[in-house]
Amino acid sequence: MTLPLIVAKSLRQHLLSTVVTAASIALAGGLLMAVWVVKTQSNDAFTKQNAGFDAVLGARSAKLQLVLNAIFHLEASPGNLPWTDYEDIAKNAAVALALPIAVGDNYHGYRLVGTTTNLFTVEHAPGRKYRVAEGEEFAAGYMEAVLGSFAARQLKLKVGDKFHPYHGLNFDEKQKHDELYVVIGILEPSNTPADRVIWIPLEGIQNMKGHDAKSAAEISAVLVKLKNPIAGRGLELMYNKQGNRLTFAWPIAQVVAELFGKIAWFDKVLELVVWLVAAVATGSVLASIYNSMNERRRDIAILRALGARAHTIFLAVVLECAAIAVLGMIAAFAVYLGITTVAAHIIRTETGVVLDAFAWHPILAWAPAAMIGLSALAGVIPAVKAYRTNVAENLVPVS
Amino acid sequence: MPLLEISNLKKAYAAPDGGANVVVDVPEFKLDTQAQVALSGESGSGKTTFLNLIAGILAPDTGSIKLNGLELAGLRESARDRVRATTIGYIFQTFNLLQGYTALENVLLGMSFGPGADREFAKALLKRVGLDAKLNHLPRQLSTGQQQRVAVARALANRPKLVLADEPTGNLDHTNARESLKLIREACRENGAALLLVSHDREVLGQFDAVQELHKLNRAAEQPVS
Repeated sequence: MTLPLIVAKSLRQHLLSTVVTAASIALAGGLLMAVWVVKTQSNDAFTKQNAGFDAVLGARSAKLQLVLNAIFHLEASPGNLPWTDYEDIAKNAAVALALPIAVGDNYHGYRLVGTTTNLFTVEHAPGRKYRVAEGEEFAAGYMEAVLGSFAARQLKLKVGDKFHPYHGLNFDEKQKHDELYVVIGILEPSNTPADRVIWIPLEGIQNMKGHDAKSAAEISAVLVKLKNPIAGRGLELMYNKQGNRLTFAWPIAQVVAELFGKIAWFDKVLELVVWLVAAVATGSVLASIYNSMNERRRDIAILRALGARAHTIFLAVVLECAAIAVLGMIAAFAVYLGITTVAAHIIRTETGVVLDAFAWHPILAWAPAAMIGLSALAGVIPAVKAYRTNVAENLVPVS
Repeated sequence: MPLLEISNLKKAYAAPDGGANVVVDVPEFKLDTQAQVALSGESGSGKTTFLNLIAGILAPDTGSIKLNGLELAGLRESARDRVRATTIGYIFQTFNLLQGYTALENVLLGMSFGPGADREFAKALLKRVGLDAKLNHLPRQLSTGQQQRVAVARALANRPKLVLADEPTGNLDHTNARESLKLIREACRENGAALLLVSHDREVLGQFDAVQELHKLNRAAEQPVS
């Protein structure tokens, strides 16, 4: 009971420095955990995200651009391909499903993607298809739209609402199309980039007034689901090595992993920065306790005069540093949740990729353990000073 | 056998000129169990250092301090801490209460390094010194006299065999000083503790049957100005 009492009393007696130091630990610890979780979850989410497809076929371009455009609905389309290319790959014996898509329009920044009703047969996750939660599926050839759940929420559109699409992938109010689309359905959340897309019949994009007449017989890409993912090797050979007109991006995870591989150095720098921030915060524990040692000397001398052993005082100072870190790390979880929630919202808005702030990650145990351990270690320096406090000199007055 | 037996006790500090400044040089001193002895000592007589040596706060350079049959002089610091926590109570002129702790917590701390915290005994001690209504008061919420009484209760908290009191009434007014001294002596008697008190106050010294002059006891003491 004695040690916890001494520690608790000391924390209370130095309340301001306790709060300030714990706050610095909270910010550093929260930042450390948030950066780690956002980094690893983003990496996982992007590399494991394929929206239910194994490959993308598109115009000759970089595979990454093709995947970002067709799967994540980011980046510009690298160009169009003739409808016949879709027909060819759809007939290939290795292909289970080929879904043509056409892009080029938006509504307030949310992409319109033209496709066929086969979209609703795609399993984006085992046992889960793109299902309409409200309303119904669009019918080919009609000016009907089915909205991804996130797009519908952000645009505040509901079944029965009507809207005019805008030309281009970025919103420009001067680029309004004359066509009027009606929202006929809203998809249930899939936690894929499809959630932030406005899906319309393929013909809608192809025949939109103002589009190049050539585009009526063209598409932007084909999303491919293979009967056996290994079969992608043969198709890759056929399109990428033997041909020079199209690009077959397969496997999607590897294509995205290459992106993360290119920015791995940035990850390392980020890791180093957050560890430095954590080290500075634990250093603040040392500075705070060490600077207050002069005013603690008399209390330490009194405790010693009452019979407290020097190692008890040593332990009390180390425990006080650890206790500040414990308080800080409890608050750090609030900081962590704040940062990850904001980061998850931004990432979802920008990419459609969903992060879970409440998901378990080992860093959530490692970071508190490391911060508390480092703070206790930092406490050794003032603890040595406390250990060496001259009892007789600090029990004034002396005659 | 005396409770406290001191022989050839010497303690010196390094002087600014590099030599040794002898502060305590006591050839012999004895204190019986439950005895109450006052030492008269002016400033510079080495009284605090002498008490700190007995309490084990300081280690002697040479000599012997036997407390309750145990030789303190050869003990390591942690062992002397243990002896102080279990056998000695200490009352300081400035009380030395821990300001962040309540009256009750100050007394409980006096126990916790020794026999262990006994909340009921701590409350009984505070009741004995008339502070049963101030258990949860911080030192700054108590008068000077009340703070001294908390210090007395704390000194007795570990059921010591010896209570050391260094100018315990030095910070009190005349009335409080007399009451406080009476309380210290009665409380020590009731708890079976010997009392070794140091003071330069003639009225305080006049209350004791046994008074020894520290400047005679301690050969290193500065001689009083006549």
